[in-house]
Amino acid sequence: MTNLQSLEFFIPELILTITILAALITDLFVKKSKTNMIGWVLGVGLVVVGLSVHNLSSAPPTTLFLDMIVIDPFSSFMKIVIILSTLLVIVASWVNDELEKYRKGEYFTIMGIMVMGLFLMTSSVDIIMLYISIEVVSIMSFVLAAYLKLDTRSNEAGLKYVIYGAFSSGVMLFGLSIVYGLAGSTNYFAIQDTLSSLDGSANPALIMALLMIFAGFGYKISSVPFHFWTPDVYEGSPSTITAYLSVAPKAAGFAMIIRFFHQVFSDSIGLTSNSIGSTDLPWPEIIGVLAVVTMTMGNLVAIQQKSIKRMLAYSSIAHAGYMMLALPVLSMEAVESIMIYLFIYVFMNLGAFFIVIFVKNKTGGESFEDFEGLGWKMPIVGAFMTLFMLSLTGLPPTAGFVGKLYIFKTLVGAGSEFLWLVIAGGVNSVISLYYYFHVVKVMFLGGKRSDVITYPPSTMFGLMIFTAVPSLILGLYWNPLASWVKDSLVFYNQVM
Amino acid sequence: MDSINSYLFISSMLFCLGLFGVITRRNAIAVLMGVELILNAANINFVAFSKFNGMNIDGHIFSLMVIVLAAAEAAVALAIIINIYNNMNTINIDDAAELKR
Repeated sequence: MTNLQSLEFFIPELILTITILAALITDLFVKKSKTNMIGWVLGVGLVVVGLSVHNLSSAPPTTLFLDMIVIDPFSSFMKIVIILSTLLVIVASWVNDELEKYRKGEYFTIMGIMVMGLFLMTSSVDIIMLYISIEVVSIMSFVLAAYLKLDTRSNEAGLKYVIYGAFSSGVMLFGLSIVYGLAGSTNYFAIQDTLSSLDGSANPALIMALLMIFAGFGYKISSVPFHFWTPDVYEGSPSTITAYLSVAPKAAGFAMIIRFFHQVFSDSIGLTSNSIGSTDLPWPEIIGVLAVVTMTMGNLVAIQQKSIKRMLAYSSIAHAGYMMLALPVLSMEAVESIMIYLFIYVFMNLGAFFIVIFVKNKTGGESFEDFEGLGWKMPIVGAFMTLFMLSLTGLPPTAGFVGKLYIFKTLVGAGSEFLWLVIAGGVNSVISLYYYFHVVKVMFLGGKRSDVITYPPSTMFGLMIFTAVPSLILGLYWNPLASWVKDSLVFYNQVM
Repeated sequence: MDSINSYLFISSMLFCLGLFGVITRRNAIAVLMGVELILNAANINFVAFSKFNGMNIDGHIFSLMVIVLAAAEAAVALAIIINIYNNMNTINIDDAAELKR
């Protein structure tokens, strides 16, 4: 589709651009104490964007801007997940005390720009667009991670993030340049066409390039061995940004990986050993091993943490591992299970982080000691946290169970060669039970009982309800979600 | 010097130098310079492939985009480094170790 024709299908992003500009301009006219208003501007804009994404989700899949990005139900689903998590984080930013000392205008504006980058990440089918969108998201998250200018921990988080981020996207770029040289085009479909007709002579270059590209992908979803930035950045950043980084870029990162592998390296059936060019490497096994190592590492290190925020950082690495379990299969069911898991993960993980924010507002800390006796002092918060921990572990009747169920069902259905992934996933769920329940134990058994019961302020309470209800309901009644995901399971595929 | 191999040789040399710089340097700005070398190595690749394989100009466009993004990234990184210097009086990345390893 030509550029002018595409604009009609690009309306969500256009509205988002206007929202970002509006947020930037509003910031000029408000006092420092009133900068929460920019959050309203962005929030309202995002709701409109969400509605127009929803409107377009029934449009026939097509490419826009001369094969640069696509619009299809899959990208619409991911965009709605991103909008939901952004809205929740915006509301949480209003009540996060860490940000009180600073103007929040740029904070919200930069968040809007990040949403723009995430949108493009979910829908790009061209390696130029892929790289630009990754960089837009990365650069904005560097700024947000270092947003607390006077806090040396936040500075350090920003520095580490910028070094890891710039480095891994540079390595990825080098890999992309080799792919461009081999395929002669930057378009996914043209690349697939050329790579599948290559003889074996280009294999070393192709393997090299793929490993380099995986460095960029792995950094975005914090998979081992590119996870080293995750704990430090998550611990040092403002808590709201930590929450945001642990869901939205991860969702977009998975969308990007699925689209890349699905449209460049697989014949619509699935990822098989010989589908990646003509290399003889066992790619499904390699990705499977990475997934298992990622979740095992995340879980084992999470056990030793003293800070709940840092523990949740490692737990988010482990959850990336669970989602990666379905990647080696890469059938339609596998993509479906990843999408369901992502949707559920957004709510349970954001909820856990919101409680960390709330406790930090109250006590000024985020270690296990600050949570001691929380279940008695604030029974409601304690009950919510217990629910989120149950859900993150994946115990029935919570939503986390359904997510894991879908992943394991895909693996079992895919054949006996994937059975070891199921076993590894099961063992890891048991390991994670230990540290998630350590939180519950500290909240209800540790500390002194107090007779004074505190209730969370209404905004925070609303946020907890908003994240807790899906984490519980989706575990009992997930048909609407499952059918929505099934409807969204349409990729744009070019017939060459 | 009119075959693509010499260009690819130079770009891989540049990539390795960048990698070496990122790994060995402890000064944050020197690490950034290493990253810039990696990006420019990829740029040379893009332009060389585009010119010698008789391809479309996608490669040239890509390298222009990379230059712009590298500038943006450097701006943000330098701002963060200045901030670190204001607060900690150092830009050695080993000294920024307040968060537990």
